[in-house]
Amino acid sequence: MIEFKLPSLGADMDKGKFLEWRIKPGDQVKRGDVVAVVDTSKAAVDVEIWNEGTVYELIAEPGVTMRVGTVMATLLAPGETPEAAEAEKRTRPAAVAVSVQAEAVPVTAVAAPVVPGERRRVSPVARRRAAELGVDAESVAGTGPHGAVTLEDVERAAAATKAAPAVPAAQLDKQAEMRRAIAAAMSRSKREIPHYYLSERVPLQNATLWLQAENARRGLTERVLMAALFLKSVALACETYPDMNGLYRDGKFEPGASVHVGVAISLRQGGLIAPAIHDVQKKSLTQLMQDLTDLVKRARAGSLRSSEMSDPTITVTNLGDQGVESVFGVIYPPQVALVGFGRVAELACVVEGGLRIIPAVTASLAADHRVSDGHRGALFLAEIRRLLQQPETL
Amino acid sequence: MTNEEIRTIVLATLKGIAPEIEESDLRPDRPLRDQVDLDSMDWLNFLVGLHQRLQVEIPEADYRKLTTLDTVIAYLAQKCV
Repeated sequence: MIEFKLPSLGADMDKGKFLEWRIKPGDQVKRGDVVAVVDTSKAAVDVEIWNEGTVYELIAEPGVTMRVGTVMATLLAPGETPEAAEAEKRTRPAAVAVSVQAEAVPVTAVAAPVVPGERRRVSPVARRRAAELGVDAESVAGTGPHGAVTLEDVERAAAATKAAPAVPAAQLDKQAEMRRAIAAAMSRSKREIPHYYLSERVPLQNATLWLQAENARRGLTERVLMAALFLKSVALACETYPDMNGLYRDGKFEPGASVHVGVAISLRQGGLIAPAIHDVQKKSLTQLMQDLTDLVKRARAGSLRSSEMSDPTITVTNLGDQGVESVFGVIYPPQVALVGFGRVAELACVVEGGLRIIPAVTASLAADHRVSDGHRGALFLAEIRRLLQQPETL
Repeated sequence: MTNEEIRTIVLATLKGIAPEIEESDLRPDRPLRDQVDLDSMDWLNFLVGLHQRLQVEIPEADYRKLTTLDTVIAYLAQKCV
């Protein structure tokens, strides 16, 4: 019998509010299938499963807040019979039952129209729209099956409250919650990780010219941003310097098997999220650009997958668009490095003994001294610089 | 297409990316990206949105002509004739 537990969706998450199942008993699931939707302080996350099997029992109830590690469902392993699972359950009956009862904290702050004990059903599209409109989906009167809140219900509620204050209370709560989550993760980082910082000016003459020529050939929808070149160069440099890519857990460093780059994305309503693009070292720039566009869109709509939230192995932040020259980041634990890019600007640089005006960017590294030293960090930044001089190889 | 129609489309596209903007707060003669806080990804999405709604191609070389709301509308008006 396989126990499906609520996974951690990042260093700043120790509990989540279970919203809905995407599976039912008897369903076959495989690695990477989305099985549940869980609300964290940052987004409603599509939670994936990493086992293969047949869904046996759904234990978690929608609307309940639970701790990371709580058993949410059980599955039959391939070839396992329900009888075998029942027998196994009897050998550890307390484990399943107790962890749910003890750890699941019913949400008490549900708004007025809900009968106590009755849980609201909200369709995912309605929930997303509600977040966009700043409507508390839990308090909307539902007209769908079993009183489910539908898209129309949310839009009607939004129209009715249009005259209300600009920032609804639900959204303020969400912002405060996100602020707390960021505070917790960043405090932990500064408390536990001995950061060191390096920076390097990277000439972008070749990259800019190459990108101009490339984009002139491409239609508007296929255009590539410099940010994609940054992501790819960092990922390739991680292959040469694996001590920048991975997680520091339980007193030791585990190098990442692949390079999943967390991309820092600022949210319009405030706050920050850094979900991963997977296997960046293997992807073409065109593919990376599509992934990046899609990720930014979904991050802002509050619709991410659990693997994107939980498995970045390094983070890249690109604050250059906001006009700063350089950025020194705070590492997102348990990762061990963060690469920052500032503004791409025309600078006077000495090139082959002469003064030239060329585009350049300041790349910076914040890295974990428990895992690497400044010397390695310097080589890593130099590798990023080297890679960006040969954009056609990215 | 009249400038007024183009203006409506430009603002609707902009709102799709930055829902918080108020039209009355926008100075049409000031740089758009400074007023609306558009990063390069937002900017690209803005142009893709205009491309899809108006069927115009906007080469990268023309980006420098697109600074304020007024210049964006003027550029598109000339492309949409």
